[in-house]
Amino acid sequence: MKKFMTGNEAMARGAFEAGVTFASAYPGTPSTEILENIGPYKEHIYAEWAPNEKVALEVAIGASIAGARSVAAMKHVGVNVAADPLFTYAYTGVNGGLVLISADDPGMHSSQNEQDNRYYAKFSKVAMIEPSDSQESKDFMKIALELSEQYDTPVLFRVTTRICHSKGLVEMGEREEVGIRPYSKNIPKFVATPANGRVLHVKVEERLRQLEEFSNKTDLNRIEWNSKKVGIVTAGVAYQYAKEVFGEDASYLKLGFTYPLPMDKIREFASQVETLYVIEELEPYMEEQIKAAGIACIGKDLIPRIGELNPDIIAKAILGVERETLSVSEASVVGRPPTMCAGCPHRGFFYQISKKKNVMISGDIGCYTLGSAEPLSAMDTCICMGASISAGHGAQKAFEFNGVDKKVVGVIGDSTFFHSGVTSLMDIVYNKGTAVTVILDNRITGMTGHQENPGTGYTLQGDKTHAINIPLLCEAVGVKKENIFVINPLDLDACNKAIDTALKATEPTVIVTEWPCVLKKFTPEDIERFGNKKVICRVDEEKCKSCRICTKTGCPAIAFDTKAVINEDMCAGCEVCLQACPFKAIEKVGE
Amino acid sequence: MSDVKNILLVGVGGQGIILASKILSEGLISAGYDVKMSEVHGMAQRGGSVTTQVRFGKKVYSPIIGKGQADIIVSFEKMESLRWMEYLKVGGKVVVNDYEIPSAPILAGSVKYPQNIIETLKEKADTTVFKAADIAKELGNIKTMNVVMVGALVKAMGLDEVNWENVVRENVKESLADINIEALKKGMEQVK
Repeated sequence: MKKFMTGNEAMARGAFEAGVTFASAYPGTPSTEILENIGPYKEHIYAEWAPNEKVALEVAIGASIAGARSVAAMKHVGVNVAADPLFTYAYTGVNGGLVLISADDPGMHSSQNEQDNRYYAKFSKVAMIEPSDSQESKDFMKIALELSEQYDTPVLFRVTTRICHSKGLVEMGEREEVGIRPYSKNIPKFVATPANGRVLHVKVEERLRQLEEFSNKTDLNRIEWNSKKVGIVTAGVAYQYAKEVFGEDASYLKLGFTYPLPMDKIREFASQVETLYVIEELEPYMEEQIKAAGIACIGKDLIPRIGELNPDIIAKAILGVERETLSVSEASVVGRPPTMCAGCPHRGFFYQISKKKNVMISGDIGCYTLGSAEPLSAMDTCICMGASISAGHGAQKAFEFNGVDKKVVGVIGDSTFFHSGVTSLMDIVYNKGTAVTVILDNRITGMTGHQENPGTGYTLQGDKTHAINIPLLCEAVGVKKENIFVINPLDLDACNKAIDTALKATEPTVIVTEWPCVLKKFTPEDIERFGNKKVICRVDEEKCKSCRICTKTGCPAIAFDTKAVINEDMCAGCEVCLQACPFKAIEKVGE
Repeated sequence: MSDVKNILLVGVGGQGIILASKILSEGLISAGYDVKMSEVHGMAQRGGSVTTQVRFGKKVYSPIIGKGQADIIVSFEKMESLRWMEYLKVGGKVVVNDYEIPSAPILAGSVKYPQNIIETLKEKADTTVFKAADIAKELGNIKTMNVVMVGALVKAMGLDEVNWENVVRENVKESLADINIEALKKGMEQVK
């Protein structure tokens, strides 16, 4: 039977068919739906959201050591967080197979950089597999787990946005129950002391030699002979793009196993074609190694290393052809950047803090990064998960130490706080920092599409669990109870009061804003706590003085012609505009 | 590769484009085509400009559509049709929902929503215009706007070999099946 699946759905199915019994992840676009789709295999696979990628990989490593086939999934930048355990587990090797899925985001559809994680395989010395469509995403998953056990190595399963979020037809298979491998204590293998590490490194180098032999033999790296005028070495979704452009007019060496590269096979292929091109997205990962092996090829001289690849870029770069297009003057189209939703609970807080002078706002990764957008423009920095608090602390200390009068406010979401903000808050308390910390708790992991987290009270597989209380956690870290302000972010007066108090404080101070994401399906606990009112706001045209203050909230439901108008289809009734209006021209309806 | 057809669905995050593409793809699969579809998640979904791309034929390689390659652009929002115009094949069709969602710069008052979009479209391509939002509201659920668009699309593409009513029924909540089928029919009626 065939099913129409995204790469993410197919990887989940592959893990199921391969007899995986353990899976973990921290959500991150484009990887999120892998674990969401493993979750329903509850009878066969235990799956969990971890608080961050390092923990996700570590728990999967623990399960692998225990003997279970295990998968950990994360976005490309998540692997940076998980790099520490990766590099050491690369030395020890596995018991049950371990696959680390790295979902890269060329073109940065939803990321802060477009790093090419293929280098992680080479850097950490683990085997790497790259599927080029949904069918391979499923089939290669099983092969990856088998290779992991056969060669005693973690396997990096590297995919990209267009693999993760493109759908194709996939032939289903049956689950193979492989059970759990026996566990026995093995100190020289699994205790990574310097003495053991020295022995293990020798084994790792030998393993790479064996893996390269495998790479040269395996059908994962296959040649498609057509015309020998042009030969193309390619992998991942770039293979599909190359086929789209060249069809039967070129021969292909299509690589599915990309570390170690099959250098003998590449050399053999190169010797039979007139011109060898390497078509790969982002960095010249393959090209560098092929050139270092003394094989002539053309790659990044023609194909850009910046941004997402596509067939048009390849056609123009190599063949010099472009399709005819219809032209529309760019001036006639207005930009449409992403914005916080109508009714987003973050809006009230950002609206109030955007009015404060002499404040540096240290931001973080999540929907609330959109607080940086106009008209709020309420953010100075955004670096990585957790950095709002720590970079904010560093900035505050630097300002103070060097006599600069400026207050710093770190702004972070609930899931991001659990991810790595809590250690940063410890730093503030420990080092007597005075930067203000604001935790925007919208009761869910928002940007990635509503995943449970340690604060929501539910697990990935739908079980009720303990919900970590953020104010109590801050208190436990050492923030004084009187310096923790829990407020409703849609209450503008409450926001203002808390912000003003916090800005004056000379001790570690935390503001926790609590209101569920406007898109969240309220849990029974949410309804009990936050109610379930359904109102919308409407402008009284008579009273509207056309001052436009309501539009300064940046709400996408508010338009302005000669008077303000609220789009009733979009309005969620958050009442932020109603409070912002100085003329009481906005009223609630539907109560 | 010339037998591959390309459908570009464009609009604004939250308009139900992904479900529309799913219905479309499932229908094409039932007719025996190889299909690939590419969608956008995450940051880009938050009220930003979004697209999904559906390609079908005997054998499809790339999941994405290039500039000048789309046989049809189905635009769930008026201005978005202009934004993606360069993806339309010369001689291609446009189906556009006469519905405006002002973007942030427009809401902020710094620029106006572009005028004469429909006229511009009609100069460039075979264009069908109708108010899918009004149709959906009349049916009693604004959210069925996406299925109205699907109806118009399959009619415009002449994809008659598929039982679209069944496909819609299989891809929406049971309680919403009837209203969505009505939406589908209304959408089909918009294309002459």
